Amino acid sequence: MPEARTAAPLRTADGVPLKTALARAQRRAKWRAAGLVLPLLLFILASFVIPIGQMLFRSVSNDEFSSHMPHMVAWFAENGDAEPDDAAWEALVLDLRQAREDRTIGLIGTRVNYELSGTRSLFTSTARKAEDMEPPYREALLDADEDWADPELWGVMRRASSPYTDAFYLAAVDRTRDATGSVEMVDENRQVYVAIFWRTLVLSVTIALLCLLLGYPIAHLLATLPMRYSNLLMILVLLPFWTSLLVRTTSWMVLLQSQGVVNDVLVWIGIIGEDGRIQMMYNQAGTVIAMTHILLPFMILPLYSVMRTIPPSYARAARSLGATSWTTFRRIYLPQTVPGMGAGILLVFILAVGYYITPALVGGTTGTLISNLIAFHMQESHNWSLAAALAGILLAAVLLLYWLYDRLVGIDNMKLG
Amino acid sequence: MANTSAQDAFVEFDHVQKSYDGETLVVKDLQLRIGKGEFLTMLGPSGSGKTTCLMMLAGFETATNGEIYLNRKPINNVAPHKRGIGMVFQNYALFPHMTVAENLAFPLQVRGLSKADQQAKVQRALDMVELSAMGGRRPAQLSGGQQQRVAVARALVFEPDLVLMDEPLGALDKQLREQMQYEIKHIHESLGVTVVYVTHDQSEALTMSDRIAVFNDGRIQQLSTPEALYERPENSFVAQFIGENNRIDGKIREIHGNACAVEIPGGLTVQATHVQGAGAGAPTTLSIRPERVLMSAGDQPVPGAIDGRIEELIYHGDHIRVRMSVAGNPNFVVKVTNRQGHQPLAEGSTVKVGWDPADCRALDPMSA
Repeated sequence: MPEARTAAPLRTADGVPLKTALARAQRRAKWRAAGLVLPLLLFILASFVIPIGQMLFRSVSNDEFSSHMPHMVAWFAENGDAEPDDAAWEALVLDLRQAREDRTIGLIGTRVNYELSGTRSLFTSTARKAEDMEPPYREALLDADEDWADPELWGVMRRASSPYTDAFYLAAVDRTRDATGSVEMVDENRQVYVAIFWRTLVLSVTIALLCLLLGYPIAHLLATLPMRYSNLLMILVLLPFWTSLLVRTTSWMVLLQSQGVVNDVLVWIGIIGEDGRIQMMYNQAGTVIAMTHILLPFMILPLYSVMRTIPPSYARAARSLGATSWTTFRRIYLPQTVPGMGAGILLVFILAVGYYITPALVGGTTGTLISNLIAFHMQESHNWSLAAALAGILLAAVLLLYWLYDRLVGIDNMKLG
Repeated sequence: MANTSAQDAFVEFDHVQKSYDGETLVVKDLQLRIGKGEFLTMLGPSGSGKTTCLMMLAGFETATNGEIYLNRKPINNVAPHKRGIGMVFQNYALFPHMTVAENLAFPLQVRGLSKADQQAKVQRALDMVELSAMGGRRPAQLSGGQQQRVAVARALVFEPDLVLMDEPLGALDKQLREQMQYEIKHIHESLGVTVVYVTHDQSEALTMSDRIAVFNDGRIQQLSTPEALYERPENSFVAQFIGENNRIDGKIREIHGNACAVEIPGGLTVQATHVQGAGAGAPTTLSIRPERVLMSAGDQPVPGAIDGRIEELIYHGDHIRVRMSVAGNPNFVVKVTNRQGHQPLAEGSTVKVGWDPADCRALDPMSA
């Protein structure tokens, strides 16, 4: 009411403003509530916010070169894009000497090697000789290796001298900077990430839609069957949850491989010949089949929780009003299950986008997803920054989808159970 | 009242039986004819088979045996959406994702009416239930009574000849329920549709219906007008279920046409109306309505008076309930109208009670 707003603020009998009194009265309860929430808050902070923050920081952090090559950093700061002069060559030699002494030369070489392959050995071998180098340093260095004159190398070093870089994000989308610093695509035979991002997206959408198609009737059955049957069915739905992921994935391998159960049966009943065995494993088909099965419960449960709350009288009302069973489903039942469908699709999609074990085991080369590449960079190539950049892009994509979902369906309409 | 002779029965249940598990019958050999334009109520306790009958008529349950005719056509194998029967559900079943107007337009849309026709009919239906301004609201934004009216309007908007109502007022509070009873009754009278109404509330049944079918144990116990049902129950169940009732167990002594003499505990003999077919010597339960019992404290003569001891007096304003012990029944209730100069009553005193033999009906013996 506008009248109330223009009036003087309400006061208690003691003359204290009502708002102040209310806040004071509720303070104790608020502190107590905060105390109860605090352990979980700290846990989330320690186990989620800090690691994710560190990962995101690592994806732009660039200190291997910049923290161990102080003279070079100083020179680049002063001279920017200029051609290397005597001071620059001297700074390089001084830093190489120091780095060899500190045993950090490997780190520096590796960092530069990310952007210009073959340079790691250049750094380590030159550093060995740097101790004995005398001015003029340019000639001494070129004497040690011709490659030091390569302007591209100097470009990489210039960019590496800043403590922050976009190089990992560029690499994660198959792009790099040329000698002049402008962004370009990497060579065609080295473009991998965009294609795999795209494949991850397409396969995840496929899996989510397959889960919806398979899960919808099951969820409906669960919601409408009498209790004793629906409980049994619910156990069947949840059983995979209680089985190890590895066991489930390997059982699919037993079923689907070319000498597996499914192919054997097909050959036995004569649908396919002995030499026509279908390749269902170690490709995209394998990934889609196994992951659809594994993620199905995440679709069924939110759908079930929504369907359970829809009384059967709606369908009966629609039928009595003259709607066919198809119209009843389309106009009455389906719209009311949208919150469950949205939640299920979002849940399955987000889980699928980050799935690792199943595609690693059954995906082969054409069925691997972006998470497999992230794992590769964490464990094999030790390029954690690139892994972090890939993960950062994945995170951004999921957040974007979440935002889109909120705009289209409304997150308040989502029901997870 | 509507004519219900065989040739113009609008709805007919012909020897209908229903079993869910193949072992017990929920509906036992139902024979029921409903005339066009009639307001028929199926009344009974829960589990008596009344709702099952309604669901068979609507097409959501199939009859295990027997045939249901609508407008003289058998409908056992007609899908529910082709029966053209309007239905009001217990919890209204208004579609929550549609506005009130969309809810009302739904039956018209599926019938392929033009947009203009739809709008006109929806508006007329909204006017009928006095909710003209509420068309754009969602059901959840309406009060219980308003939702109820929308549900009624939706069941009527496509102009069905038959409307089924399954305990439509069960979720409303008492005052609103009474108001809606009259509104539904008025709508029925003005539109002339046939209504089959299911309820377990006997006062609702009495105020609204042309005829009432009292269900118990899968059978119709009695099918009559509200007045006949209350005044002349044909068996103990009906007497007990409809209104308040005093019971005295006894044994039939003699029968004289419609009247009979019944021996009651204490060795006394009272006069009653003979209803059941049993002959002399058979056990019987006498049924007398509390307001039909005559009471005399002093010398006023009461026909066939017997002694009763006043156990408890309960003041109700317009009347006083007197709980008495009469012929071994400690819960014999008499209603005394609170008019000036009514006789003084005192707990613990003994008075004479009696009744007109026409008001006392000798029914089948009730064991419970």
